[in-house]
Amino acid sequence: MKVSVTVNGSEVAAEVPDRTLLVHFLRDVANLTATNVGCDSTSCGACTVLLDGKSVKSCTVLAAQADGSEVITVEGLADGSGEMHPVQAAFRAEHGLQCGFCTPGMVMAAVSLLAENPSPTEEEVRTALEGNLCRCTGYHNIVRAVLAAAPAASERRVG
Amino acid sequence: MSILGTRVVRTEDPRLLTAGGTYVDDLRLPELAGAARVTFVRSPVAHARITGMDTDAARQAPGVLAVLTVQDMDDLVPPPPPEPGSEVSEGAPLPLGGPWAEPLLAAGRVRYVGEPVAMVITDDSYQGEDAAELVSVDYELLPAVVGVGGALAAGTLLFEGTESNVPVTSGEAADDAIFDGCDAVVERTIVNQRLAPMPMEGRAAAARFADGRLTYWVSTQNAQITRFILAGVLGMDPSVIRVITPDVGGGFGAKVGVDRDAILVAWAARKTGRALRWVESRSENMVGMTHGRAQEQTIKIGGTADGRVLAYRLDVVQDTGAYPRMSGFLPFLTKLMAVGPYDIRSVQTRSRVVVTNTTPISAYRGAGRPEATAAIERAMDLFAAEIGMDPAEVRRKNLIAPDKFPYTTPTGATYDTGDYATALDKVLAAAGYGELRAEQARRRERGDVMQLGIGLASYVEITAADAAAGETARLTVAGDGTATVYTGSSAHGQGHHTAWAMLVESELGIPMANVTVIHGDTDLIPEGVGTYASRSLQLGGVAVHKAALDVKEQGRRVAADMFEAAEADLELDTERGTWQVRGDPAASRSWAEVATHAGADGLVAYVQYTGDAPTFPFGSHVAVAEVDTETGKARLIRHVTADDAGTVVSPVLAEGQRHGGIAQGVAQALLEEMIYDADGNPLTATLADYAAITAAELPSFELVQSETPTTINPLGVKGIGEAGTIGATPAVQNAVIDAVSHLGIRHIDMPTTPARVWAAISEATSDLEDQ
Repeated sequence: MKVSVTVNGSEVAAEVPDRTLLVHFLRDVANLTATNVGCDSTSCGACTVLLDGKSVKSCTVLAAQADGSEVITVEGLADGSGEMHPVQAAFRAEHGLQCGFCTPGMVMAAVSLLAENPSPTEEEVRTALEGNLCRCTGYHNIVRAVLAAAPAASERRVG
Repeated sequence: MSILGTRVVRTEDPRLLTAGGTYVDDLRLPELAGAARVTFVRSPVAHARITGMDTDAARQAPGVLAVLTVQDMDDLVPPPPPEPGSEVSEGAPLPLGGPWAEPLLAAGRVRYVGEPVAMVITDDSYQGEDAAELVSVDYELLPAVVGVGGALAAGTLLFEGTESNVPVTSGEAADDAIFDGCDAVVERTIVNQRLAPMPMEGRAAAARFADGRLTYWVSTQNAQITRFILAGVLGMDPSVIRVITPDVGGGFGAKVGVDRDAILVAWAARKTGRALRWVESRSENMVGMTHGRAQEQTIKIGGTADGRVLAYRLDVVQDTGAYPRMSGFLPFLTKLMAVGPYDIRSVQTRSRVVVTNTTPISAYRGAGRPEATAAIERAMDLFAAEIGMDPAEVRRKNLIAPDKFPYTTPTGATYDTGDYATALDKVLAAAGYGELRAEQARRRERGDVMQLGIGLASYVEITAADAAAGETARLTVAGDGTATVYTGSSAHGQGHHTAWAMLVESELGIPMANVTVIHGDTDLIPEGVGTYASRSLQLGGVAVHKAALDVKEQGRRVAADMFEAAEADLELDTERGTWQVRGDPAASRSWAEVATHAGADGLVAYVQYTGDAPTFPFGSHVAVAEVDTETGKARLIRHVTADDAGTVVSPVLAEGQRHGGIAQGVAQALLEEMIYDADGNPLTATLADYAAITAAELPSFELVQSETPTTINPLGVKGIGEAGTIGATPAVQNAVIDAVSHLGIRHIDMPTTPARVWAAISEATSDLEDQ
């Protein structure tokens, strides 16, 4: 079927098999490979993107369901001048990533969290990120990064 | 001021944060354009003979290019039979051959759920999953051997031509005479459960065979070892194989070298002439990637009533899964480190390795050392409880004194440097140990539902156990003044690129921004070992350091020529990165000028550094847990650690390693376990079932600094990658048990799940009521 999605501000349209998952549409059709697949049971969150402003696990959304929608991936977070989004900058400043595999999904989940709750407590951050697994950092610096990013992130709209 | 020891943010991060890494599945290279997908057909049963296989339906499915089985493997030369007396030594982490040899594709028999049986090659991955379902395999079921008890009972043997399921036995027979003269002796069998390493990126490989050359991209911790293995299996000269490691999404020991599945991808690319790519699913990963730990330990400890431990015995049964991929290496390390940081006069150790119809076991963050620490730290608590002494006091009484280093243990390890009691005192102070005990007493007095537990672990571990294997570094300074490091070490999240650039800047004054670090390409770096056993900084980092010293001496000679001055009069200003004649900074020469003057190749240094000996990091952890005595739910509320790995080059990276290790240790203590049923079916083979730890189950960690430099290497550094798992696992387990110890509970096996804790509480309280 024909699917058309606005990805990071650009329209991507293609004829794809009905069963194509959004994550594979992003990776193989839009050729945006930052969004990773880390499991097959909607458990790990590596594939988290924003779909019409809300975070979703793109391994559990059909590309067809995103037809006509707007998707933001980590590649679309930096502003036009290339300056990193406050969440990205905080992940770097706080060493919130190591191998980087969970990072795109983790950053998008954090962006979504801060859009819903601009000044979360540590416990709220931890609970909100429960659906995003990281095996390297022990989450310590991820949590610190999200808390550090909160003031600046709340002033920045995405998408 | 040197950049070493300062808080430098990583050079790797901007790319990973804005464009994402380039993992094997992300490669969009021309050489891989149109690469076909490999999907494995895997055994759904634990133990069976394969009596037939029908691939016709799969071959006719849409998009199928080929279906390959063991029948197609006619182009491989079988390895020569082992020469008499050439058995793999116990301490070598290599697969056992002979009757225990592991095939590439299952040949007539499968021995674990997930074992590769056939390969389906398709245009895309969706077609691959469909077609793999259509391969029909006839399995004649055999009884499954599951668990240590089943293996030792030997009702069923896994391998023909063997007489037991015990390929390796080593150590001393039990002799209780060592416990003579002890006032108190405690013995217990405990379980160090099987875990899934679960790097966020599973295993992945891509291969292209053209013009007699194999190019192979793989998610591994060791490009050069991978090339060596591929050359051997495929019967190719290493010079015609290029192994490239793109970004690697975590390894944790389970990506050392290259697995049979990934080797098959290279073989199939040569067989079919097609570029191929394989990226395993998580469900495949949970049964196909090696697991870790899986020991049953019988510990016996004895000592005096005033807390001096006199004797300790550790008897390990290592479940190695279906194939002994590590020979006896993991329990060898467990036994080597059996006494931990304690001065114990009499020690006995023994190990047996058993095969079972489960996923093979290999290294997982710590690889044999967390198991040793878990055993001795449980033993210390059992002994403390037996004599009614505070566990901190018992530890302090038995820690090896600082004036005894270097200290050789009864098991033959020589600890280089340490100050164990200071590390313990630091964490006790930082945790507020006295106040925690007072709060625990108040809750017990009140009979609170939420009880408090305080768990301790003091540890020493061995890093760079294979120091003599060393590591390589090539350092060039080009005519534009930029430096490039080619390292044999291998990065998969640790931050090598940042740390190696720091080392170059520190020695040469070339700013990090002008230092490029390259790893994981055997065409550029033919010689190297890679990353495991917390070896990178103390071997690979020292190699970079020595290469920088070499370049500096070359630079001095060239600058002397430029200034027409004596070499001894030249000095390098490492703040500015310039050479000058001593006392005349106005006339200086930059690295660009010096490298240009040196010739077209600039300055080049190559170092193959071999370490003199392993190093022994140490530390202490305090875990504070709350246990809900009505539900059995344990929650870690604080975790305080002092982890001493010698001189710290990058505090940011070292802390990150500690954080990650702690979380994996907490995960083992509280949550994670690979569970099999009696028929060998894995019950935790997806992330919906395997209890991988999340942010919601952890507190922030409290890290205490401790730096005791080693004299083994010029940087004074030891390894930090595995300290977290080694210290945290027993500390957290001890905390959970401590929370309910007033009920008479002395031990709960890991993971200390609500069900286990609740059962222990109910058994203990019904015992109390019976009295």
